[in-house]
Amino acid sequence: MQFIQLIISGAAQGCIYGLIALGFVLIYKATETVTFAQGDLMMVGAFGGLVLMTIVGMPFWIAVPSAIAAMALFGMFAERLVIRPVLGQPQFSIVMLTFGIAFIVRGLITMLPVIGTETHTLPVPYKDMTLRLGELVLAYEQLVIIGATAVLCLGLYAMFRYTKLGIAMQASSQNQLAAYYMGIPVQRLNSLVWGLAAAVAAIAGLLLAPITFVHANMGFIGLKAFPAAVVGGFGSLPGAIVGGLIIGIVESLSGFYLPEGFKDIAPYIVVLIMLWIKPNGLFGEKLRKKV
Amino acid sequence: MSEALLSARDLTVRFGGLVAVNKVSFDVQRGEVFTLIGPNGAGKTTVFNLISRIYQPTAGGIRFEGEDLIAQPPHAVAALGIARTFQNIELFEFASVLQNLLIGTHTHRRTNLWQDMLFTGAARKAELHARRKAEEVIDFLGLQRHRDSMVAGLPYGVRKVVELARALCAEPKLLLLDEPSSGLNVEETEDMAFWIEDIQSDLGITVLMVEHDMSLVSKVSDRVLAMNQGEVLALGSPAEVQAHPGVIEAYLGSTDDLSSLRRQPA
Amino acid sequence: MRFIFKTDYDQDIRLVKHGGQAFWYGLLGVALLLAPWLLSEYLLAQLIFVLIYAVVGLGLMLLAGFTGQFSIGHAAFLGVGAYTQAVLAAAGWPFPLALACAATLSAIVGIVVGLPALRVKGIYLGIATLAFGFIVEEGMARWESVTGGNAGLHVKDPSFFGWTLNTNVEFYFLCLAVTVLATLTILNLLRSPTGRAFVAIRDSEISAQSMGIHLARYKTMSFALSAGLAGLGGALYAHKIKFLSPEQFSIIQSIDLLLMVVVGGLGSVHGVFFGAIFLITMPQLIAIGKDYLPESVGQSPGLQLVVYGAVLVAFVMFEPHGLYGRWLKIRTYLQIFPFYRAGMFKRQKAFQKSDRLK
Repeated sequence: MQFIQLIISGAAQGCIYGLIALGFVLIYKATETVTFAQGDLMMVGAFGGLVLMTIVGMPFWIAVPSAIAAMALFGMFAERLVIRPVLGQPQFSIVMLTFGIAFIVRGLITMLPVIGTETHTLPVPYKDMTLRLGELVLAYEQLVIIGATAVLCLGLYAMFRYTKLGIAMQASSQNQLAAYYMGIPVQRLNSLVWGLAAAVAAIAGLLLAPITFVHANMGFIGLKAFPAAVVGGFGSLPGAIVGGLIIGIVESLSGFYLPEGFKDIAPYIVVLIMLWIKPNGLFGEKLRKKV
Repeated sequence: MSEALLSARDLTVRFGGLVAVNKVSFDVQRGEVFTLIGPNGAGKTTVFNLISRIYQPTAGGIRFEGEDLIAQPPHAVAALGIARTFQNIELFEFASVLQNLLIGTHTHRRTNLWQDMLFTGAARKAELHARRKAEEVIDFLGLQRHRDSMVAGLPYGVRKVVELARALCAEPKLLLLDEPSSGLNVEETEDMAFWIEDIQSDLGITVLMVEHDMSLVSKVSDRVLAMNQGEVLALGSPAEVQAHPGVIEAYLGSTDDLSSLRRQPA
Repeated sequence: MRFIFKTDYDQDIRLVKHGGQAFWYGLLGVALLLAPWLLSEYLLAQLIFVLIYAVVGLGLMLLAGFTGQFSIGHAAFLGVGAYTQAVLAAAGWPFPLALACAATLSAIVGIVVGLPALRVKGIYLGIATLAFGFIVEEGMARWESVTGGNAGLHVKDPSFFGWTLNTNVEFYFLCLAVTVLATLTILNLLRSPTGRAFVAIRDSEISAQSMGIHLARYKTMSFALSAGLAGLGGALYAHKIKFLSPEQFSIIQSIDLLLMVVVGGLGSVHGVFFGAIFLITMPQLIAIGKDYLPESVGQSPGLQLVVYGAVLVAFVMFEPHGLYGRWLKIRTYLQIFPFYRAGMFKRQKAFQKSDRLK
């Protein structure tokens, strides 16, 4: 019984990792940029929801979509302002840029008067509710996370597989110049992708907030999403979620069964093992340069 | 008859279901210019990549100077005396031409890490020696003007020459040239022809070449191997191979189709 | 505008290319030697930190800037060197021996961390180094018998054969000597086949292999040297800071190191020093600037983050060659005044191509 509880809470945590990893993979698939800012964007999304619900006083069902939409706009804005000018530079530089964005965003939130430095609770309607299934006690918060993630994944998968938009995104990631020639509005696409990734991060933040509370250092969880993306295979959307689930469950189990300290490094051990056995991740593509 | 410098036997490469190279065998004699021709997709560059050990053959073997080449890892090929140029130029973009050439001399380095870190007298001597070798190649190909330019800013024709220069710096016994004249204009192609002849006669290097430009092929080659769809079509002198009906068919279609190319009477 | 008339290959190999360089570097050398008497105690301490971070930065620059290997967990090597030095100094080992040991142990850890590099590239390698960074940090916190865990570890002053370096001045000269030697070693490497092999690996691995460069061996060498230098810096850091705890070597420190090489100028040795100076002076500048800002902004803990972030973003966007690049532009402007044209250093517009196929 304890085991199943651990699996479920691990899966819920894993879904969060998966959602953040999803954001990375979206951006990577479209622009082959790696961004370390997703974790902090998640944190901003959570704060956004918090502000809308507590200070502005919006009801839950209006605040959530508004926060997500606001973050999407923010993502598009960030792309237009700082990412677009630097595309074409070595990957390393762009990664550093995203670190910079993460710093700025985290610093600004911390600077907000009163709320920036405190920890807050997010007033969600399903707070503290539980579901009883026989001997299992499942927190609604965890179930909502798993459910929302599943829905989101299906939607995104369908988009990439069946719409022109998805194919265009993949094309522009592989060869930007050729994509331009083919009439693909590369810059608009990139904006869209960043907006989408930011929206996904916001969703993750709003889902996570009931469990970890809203505070400026929430974004550090984002670092664990990288092992998730790598385990799943960096170019794969379903891989991001699967990777996240694996990391989350491993973390949850090792917190219980292994000595203290292993919980924190379990994701990293998993990623090292994966890089050794299957460097391209579970669903990743093995690409080789043709000379 | 002296032993061939390079001999390939029954080389086969399969990529999944696609047979890229199918039982290809040929010998390259020391001191000759041997050319591989064939339509795109014939498997010529794949054969090159097998010799450079970038690809692993599914079956068959290659011997270089009598030794098994397949057993060697990619980085050992240069030490054995095989250098190559690449179809899509693979130069070190953010280094100068001179530095690219000096990297080309790497197989002949005589210093180890500690000597390099302390830059001992031996390291200095080796550096000067490498520099002299690189300068010889620069003189041979006329690259003096571009010596200190960063490769990324150079025009395409010059980059092809730098690629050739870098391969020559390795002082190879066998030089693999992958489409040396692609992207070059008539004048540059003529220069390339002269250089290949000089490489053969003055430097005594054996040349194995993939090429599409038939006039260049006729001018410099001693023997030609025609490939199509991964298989050997014909082997012989340039004239023999170009007259071979199978080769003509591979490039132009069968003779029966020529009727469609004839002009209709007005 | 200086035109160097070259008559000898030796001129290209020499470290000091012409009289002007000899003059300015000589002046710098004299200034550094006289520093203890020219600078206040506080400034001297800051200079020591600049030197220490420069040594670490040389290592990271070698790995990331010259060999093109992503390393996001570099602080781990700093930590290994620091803790090794602290433990050995406490055990009474003479200083030079402890130093050599710290550097060697870091190098060995570097080889282990570099093993993934033999199989994966780019961001995958970055994640692997990140993972190692976390694991090492956790290890330092858990191995309490040796490292004192989260409670911290005190470090004795460097001493050998009875002589203890317990003044700032003596320690400064020690750091200066180590930094100069480290810099010369890196410069030597770069003008020799080993350094060129590193650059080749960065720019085109397939080509490098065709030239006879054994990828695995050189990548491992780069990791080992880089980690060794970081460990060396770490050992000096331990003595300077006198108290170690695992969170000094967290991912934040790793990102600081990366910030240093990127802002300084990726791919140049000068960049390391510019970056180190930047890293040490930035907090001071923020502290000074705080007083001019409104209360809520100036006193907030978020200010430093915003400034660091803004600087990082600004440099990547506007000055990808870093401080050294900007310095080169200024110097060229002054040298060829009034012939300087605005687009002289502009790189050709690059369209993004797939990095996966490299």
